[in-house]
Amino acid sequence: MAEIRINQVAKQFGDTHALHSIDLTIADQEFLVLLGASGCGKTTLLRIVAGLETASAGEVWIGDRRVDHLAPKDRGIAMVFQNYAVFPHLTVFENIAFGLRMAKLPQSEVEKRVNRTASLMHIENLLKRYSGQLSGGQRQRVAVARALATEPEVLLMDEPLSNLDALLRMEMRAELKTVLAESKTTTIYVTHDQVEAMSMADRIAVMNKGHIVQAASAVDVYRNPAAHFVGSFIGNPPMNFLDAKPLGDGWWDVAGTRVKGPVGGQYPALQLGIRPEDIVVHDAPSSAHPDSLSATVRVLEPLGSHLLASCKVDNQMLRVVLDSNASAKPGDQLHWSPVPDRIRWFDPATELALP
Amino acid sequence: MYSRNLPYLLLLPATLFLCIFFLYPFVLVAWQAFVSDTGEFTSEYFMEMATHWKFNTALTNTFMLALAVVPFQIALALYMATLVNGMKRGRDLILYVWTIPLGISDLAAGIIWLAIFEQTGFLNSMLQGLGVIEQPVGFLGYQSKGTIFLAIVLAEIWRATAIVLVILVAGMGLIPKEYYEAAEVFGASRWKQFTRITLPMLKPSLQTAMILRVILAFEVFAVVVALGGTNLPILMGEIYTWQYDLRDSSVAAAYALVVLAISIAFTLLIMWGLRTPKGARV
Ligand SMILES: Nc1ncnc2c1ncn2[C@@H]1O[C@H](COP(=O)(O)OP(=O)(O)OP(=O)(O)O)[C@@H](O)[C@H]1O
Ligand SMILES: [Mg+2]
Repeated sequence: MAEIRINQVAKQFGDTHALHSIDLTIADQEFLVLLGASGCGKTTLLRIVAGLETASAGEVWIGDRRVDHLAPKDRGIAMVFQNYAVFPHLTVFENIAFGLRMAKLPQSEVEKRVNRTASLMHIENLLKRYSGQLSGGQRQRVAVARALATEPEVLLMDEPLSNLDALLRMEMRAELKTVLAESKTTTIYVTHDQVEAMSMADRIAVMNKGHIVQAASAVDVYRNPAAHFVGSFIGNPPMNFLDAKPLGDGWWDVAGTRVKGPVGGQYPALQLGIRPEDIVVHDAPSSAHPDSLSATVRVLEPLGSHLLASCKVDNQMLRVVLDSNASAKPGDQLHWSPVPDRIRWFDPATELALP
Repeated sequence: MYSRNLPYLLLLPATLFLCIFFLYPFVLVAWQAFVSDTGEFTSEYFMEMATHWKFNTALTNTFMLALAVVPFQIALALYMATLVNGMKRGRDLILYVWTIPLGISDLAAGIIWLAIFEQTGFLNSMLQGLGVIEQPVGFLGYQSKGTIFLAIVLAEIWRATAIVLVILVAGMGLIPKEYYEAAEVFGASRWKQFTRITLPMLKPSLQTAMILRVILAFEVFAVVVALGGTNLPILMGEIYTWQYDLRDSSVAAAYALVVLAISIAFTLLIMWGLRTPKGARV
């Protein structure tokens, strides 16, 4: 049992607040992905869980032990470092074996585990080399193999696949996921890459400026972003946001058109959020769609599977996913309406989604 | 204007300097040691050196001194460097204090320790003052070779550990912190971190420090003379004796070549022993 509980953990470096009161529980055997922009505090949080950094406030629990005061080696963790930290004076074999040697495992077991993890990471032919003789991506895989070999209860990975080519990354992603599920490891996995996050995570924790903005399943994070930041950070292209003014009785004025929205007069303004693929485009304004909006096409990007149109609506940016053989041209007027049950409303004052 | 020969051109002055002031005297010394007055090749001087009754004693004493001093110095400097590197504040101050003996010449260092150990020295007055002894003890008399040896070892450790320390502190500072973090996460204790990370990654600095120390240890002279006079014969002392007291520069030259040979042998040995495997970038 290795549930990880992070209670009100905060971290300051001098004047910089790297983390503000983080609360997060990672269930036993869960695969949690920390996703966020560069500098938002992902590595700092991971290092606090590992014990390489002391939190300015808060508690960290692993299983039923409070681990704040424990040294990293007593926490039952393994870690893949963002900068790899592959020992330059040891061969790849000895690097992967490092944790096993420290645990004084018998040589036969060491060999077995090193060979297994090395072949998993496709580096079995590099075992005799030194780190200086490896490429960045190979070195990164050594770092992953070194962590996997110890078969830890808790595995912390800091952008472990960032340096691999797209194909290899996809393959490694799948293999890692399988292995970790089999070994019942609780994993915290840091990445910038939202596709990686969505494809691997049981749950994604989206971080922004030292806060965890939302921690939910991939679908949930995508469909129901808890904040403006989540909608604009996740999804490629990101969610569209359009200003809305209240008309009363639950009707809102979005770019001159009436849209049904939340009732309640307490909001002086709202933002309508809609994903580019949740937009229906009509051939022409017609009586069938009295409430359609119009947009002017500015740029068209043929992306193979679909055509991405960047448009202007009332001087705001709107991205729409069109069929790949749609006949739109820059300058065209587009008549569209959002799929009603995919509309999300945000309060511009708090930048949070309305409940 | 870059040419492939430029580096060699720039090295030329230094090379010439070395040839004139090192290689040439070396050839002269070798000539003196191997060529007789009549101009023939001879091993007569080496025979004379080796059969002299003090040769074996001097050789043994020199080796024993090096053996007693250098390993202890390296261990001590390693320990001190670890302490210094672990310090957050006051690091530079401590380093300055510990390196003060470096600024003192070896003869002066010998005299300082003589002032401690001689018959009217500090140690005797202190022991007398405490009532431990009634008469001053002749620590450095000709019949107490053991204490002379010990005093020399102490003086040498006091005098020359700092140079090792400085080299090792610089070397340790270059080891990235991330390797210690990785080792810590993967279960290495403090001691294991020292043996598995620090020592191997410190090899280049250790190599430099050891070569420097070993060579200087075989050339030990002034401290021995100050503390032991001629009671503890050593190789450098014999060179001096043959050159200036016995006025036989040929035998002195033979001695000098022996010291040189020992230094070269140990340098090669250390370089081999602390080599980094090909490909391992440390
Ligand atoms: N040792 C430190 N001293 C001072 N500030 C630090 C230190 N470590 C991190 N920070 C600051 O804390 C913030 C969070 O850093 P962190 O390394 O956790 O970001 P990150 O989310 O991992 O970014 P990236 O995705 O680029 O790796 C940054 O603003 C960084 O400048
Ligand atoms: Mg980071």
